[in-house]
Amino acid sequence: MTGDALAVELKGIEKRFPGVIANHDVNLKVRAGTIHAIVGENGAGKSTLMKTLYGMHQPEAGTIIVDGVQHVFRSPSDAIAAGIGMVHQHFMLADNFTVLENIILGAEPATRGVISFSTARTKIEALMDSSGTHVNLDAPTSDLGVGQRQRVEILKVLYRGARILILDEPTAVLVPQEVDELFSNLHRLVADGATIIFISHKLDEVLTVSDDITVIRAGTTVAEVKPDEVSRLQLAELMVGSELPSPHGRTSTVGTDVRLEVRNLSVAGPGDKRLLDDVSFVIREGEVLGVAGVEGNGQFELCEAILGQVHPIHGTVLIAGDDVTSTAPHFRLVNGLSYIPFDRHREGLLLDAPLWENTLLGRDADEKFLRGPFINAAATRADCREVIAAFDVRTPSEVVPAYALSGGNQQKLLVGRELSSHPRVLVAAHPTRGVDIGAQAAIWEKLRLARDQGLAVLLISADLEELIGLSDNIVVMFDGRINARLTPAEATPELLGTYMTGGLQEIAS
Amino acid sequence: MSTPEPSTMPLSTATEGIMNPGTNDSIWTRLVRPTSGQSVLITLASSVAAVFIAMIIAGLLLLVTGKNPIDAYGKMLHAGLTPVKLVEAMQRATPLIIAAVAVAIGFKMNLFNIGVEGQFLIGMFFAAVVGAKVHMAAPLHVTFVIIIAMIAGAAWSGIAAYLKVKKGVNEVIATIMLNSIALSVIDWLFTSYFRYQSSASLDVKSKPLPKTAWMPVLFTVTSKTGRSTQHQTLTSFVLIALLVVVLFWLVVYKSKFGFRLRASGYNAVAARTAGISSSRMIVVAMLMSGAVAGLAGLPYLLGESHAYGPSRPDGYGFNGIAVALLGRNHPAGIIAAAFLWGFLDSVSAPLQIAKLPQSIVLVLKAIILITVVIVNEVVGRRVAKRTADRTAAQLALPTAAVAA
Repeated sequence: MTGDALAVELKGIEKRFPGVIANHDVNLKVRAGTIHAIVGENGAGKSTLMKTLYGMHQPEAGTIIVDGVQHVFRSPSDAIAAGIGMVHQHFMLADNFTVLENIILGAEPATRGVISFSTARTKIEALMDSSGTHVNLDAPTSDLGVGQRQRVEILKVLYRGARILILDEPTAVLVPQEVDELFSNLHRLVADGATIIFISHKLDEVLTVSDDITVIRAGTTVAEVKPDEVSRLQLAELMVGSELPSPHGRTSTVGTDVRLEVRNLSVAGPGDKRLLDDVSFVIREGEVLGVAGVEGNGQFELCEAILGQVHPIHGTVLIAGDDVTSTAPHFRLVNGLSYIPFDRHREGLLLDAPLWENTLLGRDADEKFLRGPFINAAATRADCREVIAAFDVRTPSEVVPAYALSGGNQQKLLVGRELSSHPRVLVAAHPTRGVDIGAQAAIWEKLRLARDQGLAVLLISADLEELIGLSDNIVVMFDGRINARLTPAEATPELLGTYMTGGLQEIAS
Repeated sequence: MSTPEPSTMPLSTATEGIMNPGTNDSIWTRLVRPTSGQSVLITLASSVAAVFIAMIIAGLLLLVTGKNPIDAYGKMLHAGLTPVKLVEAMQRATPLIIAAVAVAIGFKMNLFNIGVEGQFLIGMFFAAVVGAKVHMAAPLHVTFVIIIAMIAGAAWSGIAAYLKVKKGVNEVIATIMLNSIALSVIDWLFTSYFRYQSSASLDVKSKPLPKTAWMPVLFTVTSKTGRSTQHQTLTSFVLIALLVVVLFWLVVYKSKFGFRLRASGYNAVAARTAGISSSRMIVVAMLMSGAVAGLAGLPYLLGESHAYGPSRPDGYGFNGIAVALLGRNHPAGIIAAAFLWGFLDSVSAPLQIAKLPQSIVLVLKAIILITVVIVNEVVGRRVAKRTADRTAAQLALPTAAVAA
């Protein structure tokens, strides 16, 4: 089948959401019988595009051609009928069912209303053999690990007769061995005639596994390349659209006063597991401490413990020398702590409220926004206009609801709000995640400026370039612990990658 | 490599930059919260349109049952648009305004206080029995009774707040249960301890409140049609109802506390991240809601009956929910909606006299509620989309830059 026959062709796809053009002028050609990778930054529009192809929403413009036939997908069932299947990033399995029941759910072979499990079993076993994807069909789904769940999802899709499989960031949740196994299964599927569309932003994987690569940047397809024609760096530059920011020589602004100190901090998890385990560090004025790590290795708990949202089972948190371990979150926030949360929509913004109420959130204890027990709307709105101007938030006015802004502008507003209270300590979790390049540069600049003026920053990021570029020191978190400490000069993506996956740091000689 | 714990990972809704307002909200949340960016005029127009649509649907129902809808609506307006009936509508609207404010306080932070019914009965009962035990000067006595009613209502809703904050019991479940418990508790207390047999009347009532605790009549209108003379009084408690609305507006929309309350309603996680204690807000909002609910029975107690009896009013709480929804939790909206409800109730009797089904009023109320909810949802979505599009257009951003 491998040849020039196209399994999927997308022409001029445009998809808009309120205030956002998520995809525009997207053109994609997927050759039949290949593994086709789609790469792009977070927020570049990869998932939106795949949802369009899978019929989960309808594009405003453009055509979808599958196996040479033009289609209009009104729902996923139309896409399934055309032979397309999708394995989502977040699995959708019923935990109280067995694997077999989950696979046939919604497509049960039945005679007169009675499910024929034996027919299903025979069919699934044949599929398992041909694809090399094996799972115990009688196991309860709740007992399965992440890798096995993914296999169930793949079987589910194959069971429905899909010949074109979309995998949305399939490796994000897998351990390295499982990744290898997944890739060998994918190769078998392709050899068997299937076509795979593989979404990722992990460049090494993409270069290893795919036959063709399409790069998406800022909502549109910008390049189509072959893995043997590009280097990792070239691919990264295609993704971000410019040369990568790099740690540039600068004089350290690290002072002597300790602004944030965390001593032996531990947070309990389910059972005996500790989500945060004996973490200690010190951040001085004008210092940025970067925290590298695969998401879910205790970074969230670290932030929650510093903010006072969870009670640590052990350890202390000191802000500017004062022990705040037993204080309420509000006390810490009004005493010099600011927080840029992991997820601006969930934790940071009141999407339906006007911008000026958003910039007031968390700062309403400040007398300048009050008149007695009442909000001084004029002063609050004036302050919001200042944030908008200082942080270059692109908005017609401060009365616009927050949902109307683009992600980058929402984030600039959020960063502006947090820095406007002149904090002494800033906990910044993924401050530039999912924002466009322009907003990213602006946010970095503001963070540098605040640091130069003495702000102590705890920077949690998955963007290694951001970590290396901004941090004075870097720690790596793995499984709730700090398992490596290094300087940005020592840190290479390879080295960080090793520590992030649990590699041990050699004691410096 | 460890696999991330799903429960500890923040949901990354921001990653693909989809700005679909309220996508994570429950349908319920979206019903009670007007979309920001929607002008008062649009909200008003859509509510009025919803009432008209409801009238058309109810008219079709009348038509099917062989009645002439135009005739029915004509009779309604004819009967209702008289001074006597309009004052009656306002009199009937008074408790509904109070009950709706109680409901709206909860709605503003996504708490559904379905227990206004029980809270108002508890408030009225304790106001009646405690108020009858004391002797004070007139203005003091009325104030005392009002405070007792508020404390009793707040105590009753406080049980639901405690259960929610400490035991994680959903307030809808708790308040529904508390409604029926309230009825039983009141019946038991009344029959066992507070029955007061007066020789003058066969009515079984609690001991009447001294005159010092009565609310005066604001005014009375009289109309003569042929041989019959109609009187309708308006109790001065309507002034307190309007004061409650003003306070509601000041506290919820203008104060720092109200901002925190609304912030918790908009996005509980963001409010918590900003240092606002959600349990504290739940307790305070629930107590405030219950205290206001406790007042809803007082127009009747202090203005008409002056004692508690089994012929007590009911349905204020449930109608209050309807009025709050119809009025979009807005102070002016609540007054208008309560008046509409009062108006419909007041024409119910004349309809019967005109040999038209009285239940058309109930049907009309129900259909109005449904259409208001649907129309607001549709309009809200359109407004959200238009606001976002207009914002993007005003900025005239190049398409590529918006995509992140």
